[in-house]
Amino acid sequence: MAMWLFLGSECLLFGGLISTYMLYRGRHSAELGPDQIFDIPFTSVSSFVLLMSSLTMVLAVSAAAQKDDRRTNLWLTITALLGATFVGGQVYEFTVMYREGLGFTTSLFSSSFYTLTGFHGVHVTVGIIMLMALVGINKRSRVPGDKAEVVEMVGLYWHFVDVVWIIIFTLVYLIPA
Amino acid sequence: MAIIERPTDPAPVPAVAGSGAPAVVTPSQAYGVLRRPVSSTGWRSWVFTVDHKKLGIMYGVVAMFFFIMGGIEALLIRLQLAGPEGTVLSAGLYNEMFTMHATTMVFLFVMPMAAAFANYLIPLQIGARDVAFPRINAFGFWCFLAGGLFLNTSWFLGGAADGGWFMYQPNASPLYSPTNGVDFWALGLQITGIASLTGAINLIVTILNMRAPGMTLMKMPIFTWMILVVQFLLLFAMPVITVALFLLMFQRSFGATFFDVAAGADPLLWQHLFWIFGHPEVYIIVLPGFAIVSEVLPVFSRKPLFGYRFVVFSGAAIGFVGWGVWAHHMFASGLGPVSVAVFSVATMLIAIPTGVKIVNWTLTMWGGKIQFTTAMLFAVGLVVSFTIGGLSGVTHAVAPSDTQQTDTYYIVAHFHYTIFGGAVLGLFAGFYYWWPKAFGKLLNEKLGKWNFWLMMIGMNMTFGPMHIIGLQGQPRRMMNWTEARAGEGFFNLGFWNRVASVGSFILAIGVFLFLVNIWYTHRAKSNTPKAPLDPWDARTLEWITQSPPKEHNFDKVPTVHALDEFFHRKYEVDHETGEVRKVATAEEILAAEEAQGDKHIHLPSPSYWPIILAFALPVMAYGVIYNRLLIVVGGLIVLLAMFGWALEPSVADDSDYDPPAEGGGTNKELATIG
Repeated sequence: MAMWLFLGSECLLFGGLISTYMLYRGRHSAELGPDQIFDIPFTSVSSFVLLMSSLTMVLAVSAAAQKDDRRTNLWLTITALLGATFVGGQVYEFTVMYREGLGFTTSLFSSSFYTLTGFHGVHVTVGIIMLMALVGINKRSRVPGDKAEVVEMVGLYWHFVDVVWIIIFTLVYLIPA
Repeated sequence: MAIIERPTDPAPVPAVAGSGAPAVVTPSQAYGVLRRPVSSTGWRSWVFTVDHKKLGIMYGVVAMFFFIMGGIEALLIRLQLAGPEGTVLSAGLYNEMFTMHATTMVFLFVMPMAAAFANYLIPLQIGARDVAFPRINAFGFWCFLAGGLFLNTSWFLGGAADGGWFMYQPNASPLYSPTNGVDFWALGLQITGIASLTGAINLIVTILNMRAPGMTLMKMPIFTWMILVVQFLLLFAMPVITVALFLLMFQRSFGATFFDVAAGADPLLWQHLFWIFGHPEVYIIVLPGFAIVSEVLPVFSRKPLFGYRFVVFSGAAIGFVGWGVWAHHMFASGLGPVSVAVFSVATMLIAIPTGVKIVNWTLTMWGGKIQFTTAMLFAVGLVVSFTIGGLSGVTHAVAPSDTQQTDTYYIVAHFHYTIFGGAVLGLFAGFYYWWPKAFGKLLNEKLGKWNFWLMMIGMNMTFGPMHIIGLQGQPRRMMNWTEARAGEGFFNLGFWNRVASVGSFILAIGVFLFLVNIWYTHRAKSNTPKAPLDPWDARTLEWITQSPPKEHNFDKVPTVHALDEFFHRKYEVDHETGEVRKVATAEEILAAEEAQGDKHIHLPSPSYWPIILAFALPVMAYGVIYNRLLIVVGGLIVLLAMFGWALEPSVADDSDYDPPAEGGGTNKELATIG
């Protein structure tokens, strides 16, 4: 319940950021615009990794529902690793762009792009922290399967972050400016 | 964490039911670092508390402190404007004063004071033993305090924010506002924003999941209903200002150019983001005041609230339409005729549900046996003042008229009649009405009436003349006015400015009398007797327990059969004569409830993580302004605190029911049992 409300609130956070990006996406110098800078195949792969992590999250939730703590922890860890891969990919992507000359303050497009995707990256990172905390809690708890609902909450958050990424990926990368 | 009731628990924590002794909590080893702070007396019991009542009182005390600060800022402004060519403040300091006056009053007084009432009363009104997430509740309070203090340290570190409370860009960019004031403003509000957001989530879950058995949504007290609407507004308004503040922070501290027109940016972006938050914020401010008078008026009119359903639905309607009127703050910014027309009509529409409420309050009093206690006086004062403010609001909805009034004192008059007349008078009504509930003593009525009349006269003397000087064209936010252009006769600006300044001091004396009243009632040799259980012959659940309530609120969670449950337990209709007669006193009802008190009552244990987490945030904020290294330090504390929090059991020595690190969820089923 609380997680649903929180996510409702998050929708407006990303709504605001996406609006800002859409307003400013066209405001850049000729050679450093979205069409030149994005490496769509690379980002597609990292997006796929993130989507797969939703699958492993589902597996973790179902394992938790069956009170199988060992498999829950396994799937949670895998989800966290996939998420970390995605964040790593994003860091790599940012580095490449930065080398090509697109700094945070280069243009309105770059500022809003880094802000939007950076915020998403931070959300994924927070999600990873939550997953790790969950593994920690599970290890401490004496009753197996006692955290099923909490796992589901974190799962909810994780899926939300994925869905937001699908929207961002479509709007930012796929639709030509 | 929910309060949990599990009679089948293998080792229940014993609570002495029926005697008023606080539940005993066994100490345990906290995760790793320190022993869990479980003492129930002394300063530790306040600093680490998760009790919604203690947090509510702390919200109140801190908000009152900021109210006085904001008031002093206002008095300085009025001193400056009392005569022509005022020299009390320099131009720069004057800018800081009005910016911080508005920011303090809106974000550090009215909102947290409403949070104080909501925190204290909601669990009591719905028959719960605490809020859904007590530790997040504590975290919210400490965020508010940390953010408020952080914001105000800017006074000593080069100067406070000076761009007006809406901080229009690019006017507040480093070029025009070179001190760090705006940075402090953006980061401080970000931190208090966290308090509002977590508070909103917490209270919504509490209201929807933890109501006493039998209390359907339409049997909820009206106060709870209105607060629910406010929390939904907060839930969706806060993220928008969060985005705006982040963009501002990136602009000012990290060199981005979101609002830099020279770099091709659109200055309207800030205005839209700010007012999409800012207009719902208006209702966030005023609805708690409405909520309070909707409880006070029926009690002192000895009648049920007229049209309960209408009040509920018009409150919800205000909540919805409030999202579609933000651009009426921007009529003068060149939006184009279509937008202006649409927002103009929407703004007129929102007057309808507001008018419905006024009619309902009036009809509640109509034909009632009205008792003019101080609380009632404040409530009636609200109805009158808010109506005046609402009417001048309708004149703003007409775009051509608004264009004439924009940025004049007429606007200042309007929003002070709505905010002071609507929100602040409501909060004072609430103080007098619920004081005996929270502190067990009635505030002095005689001092209270002086308090009310001085505030009422002072308010009308201060803000009434502003209608005149505004229509005469005196711009707001100007540091002085000159005799040469003051005009003559009745419309002489000088005369009305002096009236307003005198009025503001009368108002201040009125507020001061409130503080005197608190001191008078609670001084050591006070002869004020303990308040009776039910001093006002009230109608709602919070009066079915002791005053002040026990730590666990209710010995037995009451079962609800009707709207105004407490009234229906006290009174019955005699079917033969058709008369309403009293069948039970509050003492009898309480004794009956206590006799069947629950045997095992679990309360969440205190925790030191919320305060650590909250105070790590200003460390990060100072880092943004001064030294990036501090961000890392603050961030590490945040990370540590989140893990510590997540791994700490909510009830000492009981590893169950933990929320995830981000403060997400808890076990719904268990939460509703309590």
